Amino acid sequence: MQIDVTKLQDWVVLRIGEARLDAHNSNELKDTIQKHLDKGDTRLVIDLSQVRFIDSSGLGALLSGYKNANLHQGKMVLAQLQPRVESMFELTRLNRVFDIFPAVEDVVHGGDA
Amino acid sequence: MTAPDDIQVDIIVPNQTRYLSLIGNIGEAIAKELDRYQGDRETLAYHLNLVLTEAMTNAIRHAHHQDASKTVRVRIHIDQDELCIEVYDQGQGFDLEDQSLPAPDTPVEHGRGLFLIRTLMDEVEYHRGEHANVLIMRKKLS
Repeated sequence: MQIDVTKLQDWVVLRIGEARLDAHNSNELKDTIQKHLDKGDTRLVIDLSQVRFIDSSGLGALLSGYKNANLHQGKMVLAQLQPRVESMFELTRLNRVFDIFPAVEDVVHGGDA
Repeated sequence: MTAPDDIQVDIIVPNQTRYLSLIGNIGEAIAKELDRYQGDRETLAYHLNLVLTEAMTNAIRHAHHQDASKTVRVRIHIDQDELCIEVYDQGQGFDLEDQSLPAPDTPVEHGRGLFLIRTLMDEVEYHRGEHANVLIMRKKLS
C-alpha cells in the first residue's frame, strides 16, 4: 500500500495513495496507523483525497485507528474525502464518530475542536 | 429465459481478496453502460462495486475462512426491469440475519458489510445448498 507521510506542525499526515480501500488492503492500513501510534505519532491526519472507493473493511480499519489513537491519549482525524467515500460514512453514521475536515490544512486550525 | 438485450456475466475467481477490485470494477463498468436505469448511473455503479465487494468478502472470510483451495462464483444478470447478483460459496455459510448496524456511540470495527448490502439493494436472500450456498441480491431498475 502506498502511503506518503508528511508533517504539518504537530500533526503527522498519512496520505493514502490507493484508489480502493477494501478488505484486501485495509489490514495494512490498520497496521501502519498502529506503528505510527506506537512510535509516538499520536496526532494523525488520514488524507483520503486519492481514495475513490471504500468498503466496510476500510471503514473498520479507520475506526480501529481512531480508537487506538484515543487509547494512546492521541487523536486521529480524516481529511479530503471524495463525495462517494463521504457518503459511506453518512450511510453507516460513522460521520458522527470521526472528525472530518474538507482539507488537510483545516486540521491545523480546527483539529482540537 | 434470456432476452436479446439482457446482460449476463458469470465469473469464477480464486478465494482471495486480491480479486475484489476485479469483480467490483466489472459491476461498476456494467452499471455505467446501463441506459435502461432511470436513476443516477454513477451512484448505481458505486453501489454495485460496493455490494459485490462486500458479498465476495463475506464468501472469502466467513464462508470459506480464507481457504485458498476454494473458489467464488459471481453471476450478474440484468433484464429490462431488474438487476440480480448471485454470489456462491462452498462453505458453512453465514448468518444473513446478523445485519443490524453497530451503534455509532459504541463503534465496533466489523459488521457493516451485510448492513450496506441490505440498505443498497431491494431484496436480499441467502440459500444454503448441499454443494453450494448462494447470496442473491436484487435491485429494481425502473
